[in-house]
Amino acid sequence: MRFDLQVIASWVQAGSKVLDLGCGTGSLLEHLVREKHVVGRGIEMDEEKVSKAIGRGLSVVQGDLINEVRDYPSGFFDVVILSQTLQQVYQPEEVIREMLRVGKRCIVSFPNFSHWRIRAQILFQGRAPVTRELPHEWYDTPNIRVIALKDFRRFCREQGFTVEKQVAIDTDYRQEQGHALRFFANWRAFYGIFLLGKER
Amino acid sequence: MSEYIDGLSNRAESVGIVERKSFTLPDDAGPFELEGGAHLSPVTIAYETYGELSPARDNAVLICHALTGDAHVAGYYSETDPKPGWWDIMVGPGKPIDTSRYFVLCANVLGSCSGSTGPSSVNPATGKAYGLEFPVVTIGDMVRAQKLLVEHLGIERLLAAVGGSMGGMQVLEWAVRYPDMIAAAVPLATTPRHTALNIAFHEVARQCIMADVNWNRGAYYDSEKPSMGLAVARMIGHVTYLSDEAMRVKFGRKLYEKEAYKFGFDLEFPDFQVESYLRYQGGKFVERFDANSFIYITKAADYFDLAQQHGGGSLTEAMTKARCRFLVVSFSTDWLYPTSRSRLLVQAMKKAGLEVSFSEVEAEFGHDAFLLRNERLFDLVESFLEHALATERKRAETAPKEAWG
Repeated sequence: MRFDLQVIASWVQAGSKVLDLGCGTGSLLEHLVREKHVVGRGIEMDEEKVSKAIGRGLSVVQGDLINEVRDYPSGFFDVVILSQTLQQVYQPEEVIREMLRVGKRCIVSFPNFSHWRIRAQILFQGRAPVTRELPHEWYDTPNIRVIALKDFRRFCREQGFTVEKQVAIDTDYRQEQGHALRFFANWRAFYGIFLLGKER
Repeated sequence: MSEYIDGLSNRAESVGIVERKSFTLPDDAGPFELEGGAHLSPVTIAYETYGELSPARDNAVLICHALTGDAHVAGYYSETDPKPGWWDIMVGPGKPIDTSRYFVLCANVLGSCSGSTGPSSVNPATGKAYGLEFPVVTIGDMVRAQKLLVEHLGIERLLAAVGGSMGGMQVLEWAVRYPDMIAAAVPLATTPRHTALNIAFHEVARQCIMADVNWNRGAYYDSEKPSMGLAVARMIGHVTYLSDEAMRVKFGRKLYEKEAYKFGFDLEFPDFQVESYLRYQGGKFVERFDANSFIYITKAADYFDLAQQHGGGSLTEAMTKARCRFLVVSFSTDWLYPTSRSRLLVQAMKKAGLEVSFSEVEAEFGHDAFLLRNERLFDLVESFLEHALATERKRAETAPKEAWG
């Protein structure tokens, strides 16, 4: 499994109730159900991906994540996951608030826009950056947000979301091995993963 | 519905020769009380089964047919039978509902005319066909009759109930009415209740029958049948099962066996292909269906209201009675029971904390898409049932063994 998903999985307690928003074909959810015996639910927009996830025996609903998450009762889940999707979300504040309403905690991960390679592309080539983590051209990208680790931390502070854990990783997301960064994360990390709790 | 099967199925891949069976409720059980308050006796249910019931009796899949369907889901009645059952592409060895793994069961609904007790059956009080003296039946009554059949076959718990359209209503009814008797439910292209538009189409269809002089307030069994009324009712239904796009692709404005308009109302040779098609479908339907059954069954679908009947008006409340896992599927071009109807169901299931999967399948042919070959639908149903069986078997292993005797 992808390294970033391994990190996320390590934060999920065995036997807990998990909702994965934008679960894709359900590889993380399947791993959690099989290895950690979680009660899993997923939401995904793409019909083909939904079909694959249901094919894995998962309970997945096709639909828009902000609309779909609203239907769940408050506190129904232990953990709600938004993996590599925040950069595509129109109302990030509302989505995270809903995630924390239906779940006790939430895990959010996204590509770090302030990585030095991205900065270098803008600085030296003077054009919209295209990287392995953000591989789309400006005209066909699903990513409507540019997020830096620093920005996200500030956003959480302002919105009153408690950051309980955070990890910055400098591993290509397709790889299974990786390691967490300790220094200069905002420059060096490809991805950030945050565990958020409700405001105190 | 069986009109779709032509040329879509391969005899070699079918379940083969099947036979229609029937089950009559035993006398000592007393008359069958209907939701409308009336009593019915005797009650006979026609059904078919395919595949083998496992020793643990944990592989039974009930299929619920739509409005004008019957118990003949798959296979042929004889070597020379030209046409297989209405869902032969879905049910058979190696097919999504695999008869080499599952024991498949389908019953003709109460009120229908293919062997189950309905308005064309003999009323023991008069010795003649019931006609309008037949009591009104509901989806709940149909399901209660199915439950008695399931028990009669020695099945304590269904692995799944699967059905589209009105079949989907029965699946939902099963899930909330008998939560302990069903492990998984697959309601396809269906709705928790009819809208005014749905009821309106049914009422227009019923009025076509009732306006036919031969209908004679339902007492036509010894005389000419209201064939024209029933044919027109079917034409209306047929239009609602297709979509604008499907009809454009299939017919457009093509003319029927002529080069130019004839500027008239020829009853033998209409101008447009779509006119000819509808007349043909209407005519074929009359051969196999009873007009009174049509008005009773459409009415049953109109009365169906899951929220009202099981949740005091709240769909979520109704769904909290269910315990099985669900696979809900809608079709992109279905305007009779559009995706928004299925989403209402899914929303209530989520609120009720149930395990639910939902997909809107891209399909061209409107409401009837669930009857047609669609790889996406096939994959969904196949894998959902596979996992349901695996889960059910795991559940049986871990469940505390009940002491016998």
